[in-house]
Amino acid sequence: MLKTFRIGGIHPAENKLSAGKKIVNAALPAQVMIPLAQHIGAPCQPIVKKGDKVKVGTLIGKSVGFVSANIHSSVSGTVNKIDKVMDASGYKRDAVIIDVDGDEWEPTIDKSDTLKRECNLSSKEIIEKIAGAGIVGMGGATFPTHVKLTPPPGLKADTLIINGVECEPYLTSDHELMLEKAEEIFVGTEILMKAVDVKKAVIGIENNKKDAIARFTEISKSYPGIEVQPLKVKYPQGGEKQLIEAITGRQVPSGALPISVGAIVQNVGTTFAVYEAVQKNKPLFERIVTVTGKEVKNPCNVRARIGTPIKNLIEIAGGLPDDTGKVISGGPMMGKALPNIEIPVAKGSSGILIIPYSEAKRKAMKDCIRCAKCINVCPMGLNPTLLMDLTEFQIWDRAEKQKITDCIECGSCSYTCPAYRPLLDYIRLGKGKVTGIVRARKN
Amino acid sequence: MENKLIVSPSPHIHSGDSIPKNMYGVLIALIPTFLLSLYVFGLNALILTLASILFCMLFEYFISRFLLKIEPTISDGSAIITGVLLAFNVPSNLPIWILAIGALAAIGIGKMSFGGLGKNIFNPALVGRIFLLISFPAQMTTWPAPVLASATDAISSATVLSRLNFGSALPTLSSMWVGTESGSLGETSEIALLIGLIYMLWKKIITWHIPISILITVAIFTAILYIFDPQPLYNPIIHLASGGLMLGAIFMATDYVTSPLTKKGMLIYGFFIGIITVCIRLWGAYPEGVSFAIVLMNGFTPLINYYTTPKRFGEKQNG
Amino acid sequence: MNVILTAVAVLCIIGAVSSAILYVISQRFKTIEDPRIEQVLEALPAANCGGCGFPGCNGFASAIVKSDTMDGFYCPVGGQTTMDNIARILGRTADVSTKKIAVVRCNGTCEHRPRTNIYDGASNCAIAAALYGGDTGCSFGCLGLGDCVDSCLFDAIHINPETMLPEVVEDKCTACGACVKACPKNLIELRKQGPKSRRIYVSCMNKDKGGIARKSCEVACIGCSKCQQVCPFDAITIENNLAYIIDDKCRLCRKCVPVCPTNSILELNFPPRKESKEETAKAEA
Repeated sequence: MLKTFRIGGIHPAENKLSAGKKIVNAALPAQVMIPLAQHIGAPCQPIVKKGDKVKVGTLIGKSVGFVSANIHSSVSGTVNKIDKVMDASGYKRDAVIIDVDGDEWEPTIDKSDTLKRECNLSSKEIIEKIAGAGIVGMGGATFPTHVKLTPPPGLKADTLIINGVECEPYLTSDHELMLEKAEEIFVGTEILMKAVDVKKAVIGIENNKKDAIARFTEISKSYPGIEVQPLKVKYPQGGEKQLIEAITGRQVPSGALPISVGAIVQNVGTTFAVYEAVQKNKPLFERIVTVTGKEVKNPCNVRARIGTPIKNLIEIAGGLPDDTGKVISGGPMMGKALPNIEIPVAKGSSGILIIPYSEAKRKAMKDCIRCAKCINVCPMGLNPTLLMDLTEFQIWDRAEKQKITDCIECGSCSYTCPAYRPLLDYIRLGKGKVTGIVRARKN
Repeated sequence: MENKLIVSPSPHIHSGDSIPKNMYGVLIALIPTFLLSLYVFGLNALILTLASILFCMLFEYFISRFLLKIEPTISDGSAIITGVLLAFNVPSNLPIWILAIGALAAIGIGKMSFGGLGKNIFNPALVGRIFLLISFPAQMTTWPAPVLASATDAISSATVLSRLNFGSALPTLSSMWVGTESGSLGETSEIALLIGLIYMLWKKIITWHIPISILITVAIFTAILYIFDPQPLYNPIIHLASGGLMLGAIFMATDYVTSPLTKKGMLIYGFFIGIITVCIRLWGAYPEGVSFAIVLMNGFTPLINYYTTPKRFGEKQNG
Repeated sequence: MNVILTAVAVLCIIGAVSSAILYVISQRFKTIEDPRIEQVLEALPAANCGGCGFPGCNGFASAIVKSDTMDGFYCPVGGQTTMDNIARILGRTADVSTKKIAVVRCNGTCEHRPRTNIYDGASNCAIAAALYGGDTGCSFGCLGLGDCVDSCLFDAIHINPETMLPEVVEDKCTACGACVKACPKNLIELRKQGPKSRRIYVSCMNKDKGGIARKSCEVACIGCSKCQQVCPFDAITIENNLAYIIDDKCRLCRKCVPVCPTNSILELNFPPRKESKEETAKAEA
C-alpha cells in the first residue's frame, strides 16, 4: 500500500534523465577548494597552513561549537593557501585550497570494497565516530548528523526513518546509490538504529524507483527491524516533516523537532556515509552528484571529491551546453542558482542541474488573482499569498501569527502561482526577519 | 564564459499554469450553457453574448489605456468572462444599448475602479447585472418565451421563480433541468451548467467547496421548510432547478478574486450565500436573490479571509 | 398625527438615553493628557517617519514632554527650527545639531563594475542579498533594486537608470535614516551635509583584498592607505582593506582625493581646484 502526506503537495514533471546511469568516478582535479563552512552552524577553524602536506582524509578544519562538523581533505597534496572563495552560498567565504599531488590516503582508512556487517561499538562510540568523520545531512540541508543523533534530554525516538524519497525532479544520486550500495545502506541503518537505540527503522522510497524498492524489500528480509515503505510520488515528500507524516501518520507540531513525535530522519546518502565512517574509518570527503539537464549531452551520476570545481563535473557530462541559462546546485525546486561554475562541490551538493535559457527566465509578475492555488498546494497549511503581502508591508507580528516560521521553503507556492508571483522569495525574507525577532525576544 | 548565468531564488521551474489558462478554462466550461442558450433562445443569444464580450473588452481597454494608464490586460480572458456572464444574466430580448450600459457598469465600476483584475471587491458581472436590474427593472424582468416552446418570439412569459411567487402553474421538472423554460440566457439549463462544473473540477480550476456548499445549503434550508409546509414554493428540487442559482453558484460565486481563500472560508461563504438566496427568494421583494446574495457575501470576503486560516500542518497532533 | 408624535417621542427618548450613557462613559474613562503634548505635536512636521527613533510624531511628543531634557531628542525632518520651537514650548534650551544627509557609499556604476551574471529574482535588495553576493564581482556593492527608494517617505532617493545606483536629492533628504536601515549591504550612511553641501567620503564598501576588489570594480577602494598618509588631520582609518573618513575629524582639505589611485574618494559641490596649493589650504582654513 502506498502512503503519502495529507496536506498540499505538487506533481512536477520528474525529468529523471540520469536514472539508471552507473556512478562514475570523477578524475582528480589539479586543485581543490574546500570551503570551511559546508554545514549549518559555525564554520570550521582551519588547522592547516600554507605549505602543509595533507593526505586524503586528513583533518583540515576542526569544528567549533556544538552545531558544526569537521572538514577533511579530499585529496593528497600541499596546502596552497587559505583564502576567500565563492561557494554555493553566493558569497566569498574561507576555504582551504590544496594543490593535488597523487592520491595517497590516510593509512587508517579501509579502502576495500567488502561489506563489513558486524559492529560492536556502543551508541556513544558510534556518535563520536560520526562526529569525527564530519558527516552532515546529505540531502541538502547539511545539518550535522551527530547533533541530530543526540536528542535533547527527556526525548527518545522510537522510529528511525531513512529518507530514500528523492522527490526533487531531475536528481538521481540517491536512487543510484541505493541500487549500487544497497547492503551498505542497510548496515548503515543498523548502526544508526544502535546509535539512537531504536528497534524499528523504515526506509521510505517513492514509487517511481520500483527497482530500488524491489531490491530493498528483498534485502530487508535478512535485516530484522528494518522495513521498506513504498510511497506515492508527491513533492515535497522528502521534507522531514512530510516524510514522518507519510510513514508514521504523526504530524510534528509547529516549531518542534521531529524527535518530539519519536522520529529521527536520515537521508540514504548520510546513512551510507555513516556506514563508511564507522565500518571503514572513512571520513566524509566525497559524495555522489547528479549532473543533469535537458540540454546536457550525457546526464550522469558522478562520485566527486569535495572541493572539485563543478566545471570539472560538467565536463564529464559532456561540457556546458550552448543553451545554458542557469546552473543550479541541487534540484530545481530547492537548489541554489550559481553565479559561476568555478564553485566547488560541497557536502550538500546533491546535483548540478543545467537549465536552458528559455526555461531559466522568470515571467513577469502579475497582480494576485486570489485563486488560492498556493494555499491548496502548501504542504505546511500556510497562506503564501498573505505571507508575501505581510512581508512586503513588513507586518511582522501578523506574519508570526500566520506561522511564517513554519515554512519549509519547498517552493510549491511559487511553482504553482498562475500570476508568476515570487511568493517564496518574499516568504523566505519574512521568515528570516521573524525568526530574528523571535530569537531577540527570547534573549 | 560568454553567456552570463541567470541567478534567482528557488524554485527554478514553474508549473506552466497562468491566468489566461484558468480564464479560458472557465470559458470552455461555459460552452455547453452557451450552446443550449442558442438552442433555446435562438440568434438573440449569440448577438447578446458577442456584443457583451465586445463591450467589456473595449471598456477595459479604454479605461486601462487612457484613464489608469496601465498596460491593458484584455488578453488574459477575464474581460471575456465578465462579458459572457453578464450576457448570461440578462433576458434574450434586452436592447443592446442597455447591455452596453451594463458592461460599462461591470467593467468600469465593478472592476477597473478598484485597479483591475485581482483588486476588485465585487464580482464585475454581478455589479453590471444589479445595476441593470435596478435601473431598468421592466426590461430586466420580462423574459421572452423560449423560441422552442412557441413559434412566436416576442410573447413574454414569467420565469419559474416569479410564477412560484405568484402561484401560477409551473413547467415540468424535466424542462427546468434541461432548460427549455424562459429566463435569462445562461440560467435556464441546470444540466449544461453542471457539465461546466464537472469540467472545472476536473481541470482543477476551482475546488468543490463553494458551489457544493451553496447548493446543499439551499437544498437543506428549503427542504426543512417543505417538511413543515409541503407546497411548491418550498420545494427544494424546484429551487435548485430554477433561476440563476446554478449559474451563480458555479460560475459567479467561485470567481477567484471575490471569493475567500481558505477552504473553511469558502464553506462559510457558500453557506451564507445559500441562506441569503433563499431568504430573498421567499420573503424578499425580488423573485430572485442569488446575485444579491453573492455580492453581499463578496463584501464579507476580506473579513472571512481575516478570520479563517488554512488547516495547518501539525495543528492537530497525531490526528 | 398620533404616529408622528409617537415617533418624535421615541427618538427623543433614545437620544436622551444615549447622550446620558455617553456622558457617563466620558466622565468615567477620562484621561488627563498633558496639554503640551498637543502643542509639541503641532510643532512637529507630522511626517511620522520614525527618523527620531520613536514610533511616529506622537511618540516623540509624549516622550519629549515626559523627559526633563532635550538630550537625545532630535527631529531630523523639521531640523533645528522645529527643535527650537519645541524648546520654546517646553521652556528649555535646544542643543545645536548639525544637519546631516544620506550618502551612498558605492560608485559601482555599470561602467565601473561589469555585470558577471543576471539577477532574475524578486526586485528587492534584501531578497537578492540573502541569495548571493550580487550580479557583479563585488559582493559588497549596491544591488540597485531600490529598497532605499521604497523606504524613503520624502521621495529623496532615486535609482539613476543609467548607473543603476541610488542618488540622493539634496534638498529633499531629511536624514531620517530609513534608507540606512533598509539597505541590506549597509551602504548608506548619514554624514554631515557640510558647509555649502561640500563633503568628502570614500564611495566604496569593498572589504576584499586590493587586487580582487580592483578586478571586480574600477573604482573600488583597495586599502592602499595613501589617503591615510596624506591626511593632515588623522581623519582616515583603514580597516579590512577599506578606507573610511571620520566625519568629525575631516576638515574638507581635499588632499586625499587626488592621491587615491582608484578615484574611490568623492568630493561633492566643491569649486574647481585652483593651481596653487597654498591658496587652497588658505581658503579651507
